[in-house]
Amino acid sequence: MTTFLWIIVVLISLSILGFVYRLVKGPSTPDRVIALDAIGVGLITLIGLISILFDTVFFLEVILLLAVLSFIGTVAFSKFTEKGEIIQRDRNS
Amino acid sequence: MSLIFAIFLPIIIALVIPFLFKKVSNIHTGWFVLLVPLALVFFYGAYIPSVMDGNTYIEEFSWIPSLDISLVSYIDGLSLLFSLLITGIGALVVLYSIFYLDKEKEKLGNFYVYLLLFMSAMLGVVQSDHLISLYFFWELTSISSFLLIGYWYTKDRSRFGALKSMMITVFGGLMMLGGFVLLGIMGKTFSIRELIDQAPILAGHEFFVWALVLVLIGAFTKSAQFPFYIWLPDAMEAPTPVSAYLHSATMVKAGLYLVARFTPLFALSEVWVWLVTGVGLLTLFWGSVFAVKQTDLKAILAFSTVSQLGLIMSLLGIGSISYHVTGNLMTTFTIATFAAIFHLMNHATFKGSLFMIAGIVDHETGTRDIRKLGGLMSLMPISFTIAMIGSFSMAGIPLFNGFLSKEMFLDATLSLQHFNVHSLESWWILFPIVAWIASVFTFVYSLYFVFHTFLGKHKPELLPKKAHEAPWGMLVSPSILATLVVVIFFVPNYFSTMFIKPAVAAIQPLAYQVPADIGFKIKAWHGFDSPALYMTLGVFLIGFILYKTIEKWTPVYERIPAKMSLNRFYDGLMNLSDKGANRLSSSYMTGSIRSYLLYMFAALIILLALTMWIKDAFVMDLTYLAPIKFFEVLISIVLIISTLTILITKSRVTAIIALGAVGYTVALFYIIFKAPDLALTQLVIETVSVALFLGAFYHLPKMNKYENRKLDHRFRLNNFLIALGVGIMVTLIAIASHSQKLVKSISEYYKETVYSEAGGGNIVNVILVDYRGFDTLFEISVLTIASLGIIGMITVRLSKKKGDRKVEDK
Repeated sequence: MTTFLWIIVVLISLSILGFVYRLVKGPSTPDRVIALDAIGVGLITLIGLISILFDTVFFLEVILLLAVLSFIGTVAFSKFTEKGEIIQRDRNS
Repeated sequence: MSLIFAIFLPIIIALVIPFLFKKVSNIHTGWFVLLVPLALVFFYGAYIPSVMDGNTYIEEFSWIPSLDISLVSYIDGLSLLFSLLITGIGALVVLYSIFYLDKEKEKLGNFYVYLLLFMSAMLGVVQSDHLISLYFFWELTSISSFLLIGYWYTKDRSRFGALKSMMITVFGGLMMLGGFVLLGIMGKTFSIRELIDQAPILAGHEFFVWALVLVLIGAFTKSAQFPFYIWLPDAMEAPTPVSAYLHSATMVKAGLYLVARFTPLFALSEVWVWLVTGVGLLTLFWGSVFAVKQTDLKAILAFSTVSQLGLIMSLLGIGSISYHVTGNLMTTFTIATFAAIFHLMNHATFKGSLFMIAGIVDHETGTRDIRKLGGLMSLMPISFTIAMIGSFSMAGIPLFNGFLSKEMFLDATLSLQHFNVHSLESWWILFPIVAWIASVFTFVYSLYFVFHTFLGKHKPELLPKKAHEAPWGMLVSPSILATLVVVIFFVPNYFSTMFIKPAVAAIQPLAYQVPADIGFKIKAWHGFDSPALYMTLGVFLIGFILYKTIEKWTPVYERIPAKMSLNRFYDGLMNLSDKGANRLSSSYMTGSIRSYLLYMFAALIILLALTMWIKDAFVMDLTYLAPIKFFEVLISIVLIISTLTILITKSRVTAIIALGAVGYTVALFYIIFKAPDLALTQLVIETVSVALFLGAFYHLPKMNKYENRKLDHRFRLNNFLIALGVGIMVTLIAIASHSQKLVKSISEYYKETVYSEAGGGNIVNVILVDYRGFDTLFEISVLTIASLGIIGMITVRLSKKKGDRKVEDK
């Protein structure tokens, strides 16, 4: 069981490495944003696996937080790439 | 307490002088001031009979007892002579200044406050037995002299002269302080008398010669010796009473006083003898040669003062030889000390009167330029008589006191032949020759001074004013001094027993116990076998010939290149330090943060590396290391790749995203190292900061603008090296500090007590809010300040945008 989990950890780490490659290389900004989002998902999985391996429940909060942040981050990036700013403000008012 | 009080009396009176000047406007303020030196003359005069018998007086006022600093007033022959000179000539100068300075036009309040300040300072210098208080008064003379030279502060030349004299004398003063401190370290006392008592022990100390040289630099700068004499001619921009008082009779003799006072201590070293004698003779020669060149009356007198001070200095040097010889020779050389003190007194009398006459001529004709003056004899007969007495005395002509001391001086230089150390026998002859040539020049400029001013053709068209005799009040002081010049010639031994022998006994305590032991008598006639007689005759003869042909040979001076001048050197030095410092600071203070960071990081590397190397601090110990897991290696690789991406990317967005990746990877590290709280915080903060970076990024100009100009991401080797160095250095330190853990961690205590003592389960949070809540409090403050600061910056920026500048400027 433990060996199996470790193998998955390694596989997911490798996939994160792949995402990092996309992050570095990625010809356009959306590529990088998606890579970052995927890294976030990968991290969530990793932390879940590690929690099982370490036999602890303290990291479950981190998983939740990471999911929220990953979502917010991706949305913010998307908005940024689309409109050029994250929080719109009408300065004329 | 009366002696200490007497020193401070002038300062105390100086406090009320401005009020008198403001309130009592119909009486010249000088009349009130005159009472001070007069009272002090009588006060110190009362000590004469007792000091003649060899008594000394001492009074101590504890100033800073814990540091063993006190004001000690010590009266012996030497300090009494100087005190009488200071107060006596001070009284005459104040009297003269009453008529010299106009009641309406001049700021008399300032003048007399400075003058009284100076008088106190000078009395303090000559009476102090404590080195630190001596230095204190010494600097006070420098400061008051600075104020007096710059008295007419609206004139550029006055300010220049004041600054120059300040720079040079304060430089010397600081050197002297260094010497004093060395003396204090060597002798474990600051008392001059106690230091002199242990002179033979001190003479072997390694600091002895250093202390000697430093103290001598102080004395040489103050007494305008070569090469520090250059401030004195420029100090002639002061009002004439000041020149007469400070720059001929008192302050410039402070250096001589210092040399005389320290002779019993330092004369044990031959360095002292040769430095004092050699520099004195050089100054004598140099000053007398250049005095002839001057065309300003006061400049002639300034150079003549320099040269006469050199004469006295060299005599003090010859006198200190007596510490190196025994028997009859000792007496031969102590006569030099006698001559020094005698000439010091004589010089104060005749030079004071000459300065006053120069002031009178200036006052009554409107010019001091000797080329415009002439034929004043019939218009100003009294001034002429006084000037003639003074000049003839300066030249060393019989019937005036200068003759006596000049003969003794020539005798003293001849006596050097008896001192045969360091194979001196062949070149001792140099000293009398130099002294003789200097005497010839002294003769020439003395005659030049008096005859070119008062004889010859009167040139009224060149003079700004119509020349006439001075008012009686101005003539009183120089007349008294001129009378003294003549009286001293006829009854020298009377003055000698009263003033000079006690002073000599103070300088030569080994040779004489009490002043009465000095059997020496001053004689005007030494008989035909005296070599000094023929030297004097030679001086008169050659001097007279040179004077008669003065027009023919003075053009020689024009040939001396201006580059040789020491003033040029001083100006160059000031320029160099000014411009050089400017250039130096502008060379490294570029204003660019990049270069400052370079300096800081370079310094960091060098200091850390040096410390590590010198202390041999690098240790690598593998015992405490945990096993490395594959997973950790993987995350590390991700971290390194992300970091490298930040460094090499050309796009800002990439850099920001890579930075976010770094932050998230660090969070992952926190997780595998079992720090859930840190991981939570790290994730949130990282996200927020990435968002902030993006927000800031929006307002920045496009990066490719820089890329085109190849400005931003150029590879700089030194930046690379320094970054590499910092990284390696920090890594090394981390390894070394991990390898030598000297004490056990205290975290065991937290683990045990987190629930029992603090009632919590989360150890990190309990530490943050319970065990070490203070840190948290101030972290909260930091965040508050940061947010308030951001609000402030944004609103200020907004109000600027609205064009609300007026509100902002307030």
